[in-house]
Amino acid sequence: MCAKKVTTKSEDVGTTGHQWDGIEELNNPLPRWWVWIFYLTVIWGLGYTVFYPAWPLISHATQGIYGPSERKAVDDDIAAWDAKNAEVKAKLVAADVNAIPADATLKDYAANAGKAVFNTYCVQCHMREGQGNPAKGYPTLSDNDWLFGGTMDAIVATVSHGVRNTTDADARNVGLYMPAWAENAAPGPMADAASAKLTADQIGQLVNYVLKISGQSADEAKAAAGMQLFADNCVACHGDGGQGNRDMGAPNLTDAIWLYGGSEAQLTATIANGRGGVMPAWSGRLSEGDIRSVATYVHALGGGE
Amino acid sequence: MSDSQNQSLYAAREPVFPRRVKGKFRTLKWWIMAVTLGIYYLTPWIRWDRGPSMPDQAVLVDLADRRFFFFMIEIWPHEFYFVAGLLIMAGLGLFLFTSAAGRVWCGYACPQTVWTDLFILVERWVEGDRNARIRLHRQAWNAEKIRKRALKWAIWLLIGLATGGAWVFYFTDAPTLLNNLIHGTAHPVAYISMAILTFTTFFFGGFAREQICIYACPWPRIQAAMMDEDTITIGYRSWRGEPRGKQNVEGNGDCIDCMACVNVCPMGIDIRNGQQMACITCGLCIDACDSMMDKIGKPRGLVAYMALTDEARERAGLPDKPVWQHILRPRTILYTVLWSGIGVALIVALFIRKDIEMNVTPVRSPLYVTLADGSIRDAYDLRLRNKHSEDRWFMISATSPESTFVLQLEGTNDLKVKVPANETLEQRLFLIAPRDSAAAKAERTPVRLWIEDQGTAEQPKTDRVSKDTTFAGTGKPD
Ligand code: HEC
Ligand code: HEC
Repeated sequence: MCAKKVTTKSEDVGTTGHQWDGIEELNNPLPRWWVWIFYLTVIWGLGYTVFYPAWPLISHATQGIYGPSERKAVDDDIAAWDAKNAEVKAKLVAADVNAIPADATLKDYAANAGKAVFNTYCVQCHMREGQGNPAKGYPTLSDNDWLFGGTMDAIVATVSHGVRNTTDADARNVGLYMPAWAENAAPGPMADAASAKLTADQIGQLVNYVLKISGQSADEAKAAAGMQLFADNCVACHGDGGQGNRDMGAPNLTDAIWLYGGSEAQLTATIANGRGGVMPAWSGRLSEGDIRSVATYVHALGGGE
Repeated sequence: MSDSQNQSLYAAREPVFPRRVKGKFRTLKWWIMAVTLGIYYLTPWIRWDRGPSMPDQAVLVDLADRRFFFFMIEIWPHEFYFVAGLLIMAGLGLFLFTSAAGRVWCGYACPQTVWTDLFILVERWVEGDRNARIRLHRQAWNAEKIRKRALKWAIWLLIGLATGGAWVFYFTDAPTLLNNLIHGTAHPVAYISMAILTFTTFFFGGFAREQICIYACPWPRIQAAMMDEDTITIGYRSWRGEPRGKQNVEGNGDCIDCMACVNVCPMGIDIRNGQQMACITCGLCIDACDSMMDKIGKPRGLVAYMALTDEARERAGLPDKPVWQHILRPRTILYTVLWSGIGVALIVALFIRKDIEMNVTPVRSPLYVTLADGSIRDAYDLRLRNKHSEDRWFMISATSPESTFVLQLEGTNDLKVKVPANETLEQRLFLIAPRDSAAAKAERTPVRLWIEDQGTAEQPKTDRVSKDTTFAGTGKPD
């Protein structure tokens, strides 16, 4: 062992005086290097406060001498990813919109990027996975029924310009509403759009007709009367059998999907007071690549055409 | 109250200069050192053919692709339970060895012990044996001391470098990495890992040595809980040795106080003080004492492997218990049973796992989507795994006792998807229950999803696996 004789007998070091069940604690000295390490950690700790933001001052804190910043780190990361994705993004913007879903690399990138865009800008209205919110007239984007069309180019157009907004001249359905048909409807563009004023009875008949053509239980007599009213007032927009018209964003009334709900009460409210959903235009706020990405994501939710 | 208030709170390390020793435990330690170091340095170079596009390194931790290869076994991240199982086995194995034979791990197989042993070998080769080293230690710096120290440290650094070098070879193809390392084109992480390991090996093996065991390692303290009076450790037969002193003096015991046991001890302790925390039970003091006893014509075994119970028996004049009685105890048997139980379970798991796998995550927000014709559609995110070394087509189907569903895969009109070789593919599946069908109206319907591997041209339809999940309907009976 040592150059000297062994000295680690308990008598040599003594005990701390503590005793547990007759077991005594020896008071062995710490190795000196251990103490040095302790001092080193203290110096290291102080050094830390010099290099990193640390000491609070009155209005801010010391910034650390080489000014590391979490925010900058995030920005750098984002820039690095952008640089990494620049090529595929350029391809995405250059590609034929309708060909994107069939191109595995473009789709893979766009669907993932689009998910992030969607969850930032669209979920508030269209809800997670585009499940929609009928109470507010925010359409479901994952079903196979579309107001304006579910092909890639139709979705890109809707998202770029929005619907009935005042900011984008190319928005869909500017000035085109579901008219308010009730005699006593509140004045406004929706009331103005109605080509006739209908009584509550007539509206009841139309409601039953719509219930019938959408395969729900209806009062046959009222529905029969409603058929004529429908032919007179509604087919111009909703089409002969009520199948809807995408050029006017007029929904298909014969299917199981409703923008505002298909119950008797909901239909009465829609026909009597009119509707006109508004969606903002995104072309000014999102890049073309992001719009194409989010369109790809929406297209892949299950209803893409 | 402390009875040692005036004592310093810390002290300098007392350097240890273990003397060379010969004997059966020393021989055993040489062998173990050769085998363990051999395994460590050579394993990354063993090749193993896994077919094209697969790494041909027998043992490889492929962090980038998240695969672990061990000869014919390949482990994917989701099979981490194998690693957990092995770790538990390693733990139980240590428990077993510790309760049966004390700190054998520390004394023979611990990397700290093995590398320190190697470093001391180098030290002895460069600077001479114990007395020469003590002289060199005390002597002022001169040309000789500088030359010897420089040579010793250089060799230590080389060993450290090889240690770090071998380590990084486990994580990527060894021959390629060696080539890159030599040409300076390897990944910085490789150089940094090597630098860290070179430094720690150099420092731990060259300078810190027994301090690691005494101050840094938690294992010695935990071990105490696993040892009992039947555990075999190293003991000094004080009843035979004491009072120690000159040979052939009337009344003196067998111990001639030659300090041989102390001088060879790599931990720098005196075993004659009894079992102590610093003792790693490496057995070198036994070799030293035995050879001394041989010289003075006394029986061997003044210092020997023995259990605490033996001490009481010997003092009472009884013979020792046979070794197997020390080792075969309920405790060690229990450890063995647990250890082998887990081992058998792991082996079984290894053989029944499939080459294709599927995980199913039902999309639960929204639960379902109503389609134009009134049918109800649910979405499922599938993770499909193909562990074969060539691309495979998986056919997807669903069975349910109560309903039939229309299936649709996102992005394709087919019900087959190609899963690339040795990869995981994410694919969304839609199940559609027709309007007014039982599943559309029920709140939940159990479904079993299947994937069927279409196999290769030579070997069609090889495998099929299923996962159970549920279909969420409207929950409105009509
Ligand atoms: C302020 C709420 C709101 C936000 C935010 C919003 N939308 Fe809309 N969106 C609507 C409304 C309302 C409609 C239906 C307009 C109507 O009634 O014709 C709509 C319609 C749509 C349509 C047409 C659906 C069809 O059936 O043709 C698409 C596609 C669409 N939104 C996508 C998006 C995307 C993508 C985003 C995010 C970039 C987004 N929306 C953000 C409210 C919103
Ligand atoms: C000027 C064209 C136009 C005419 C005429 C018209 N609609 Fe509409 N209708 C629309 C538009 C556009 C919408 C969608 C409103 C929106 O996007 O917010 C709509 C929506 C509806 C809805 C809601 C559908 C849903 O999914 O919730 C019903 C019901 C409806 N119309 C019934 C009628 C009936 C009944 C008539 C005849 C009395 C009629 N519409 C006449 C354009 C028209």
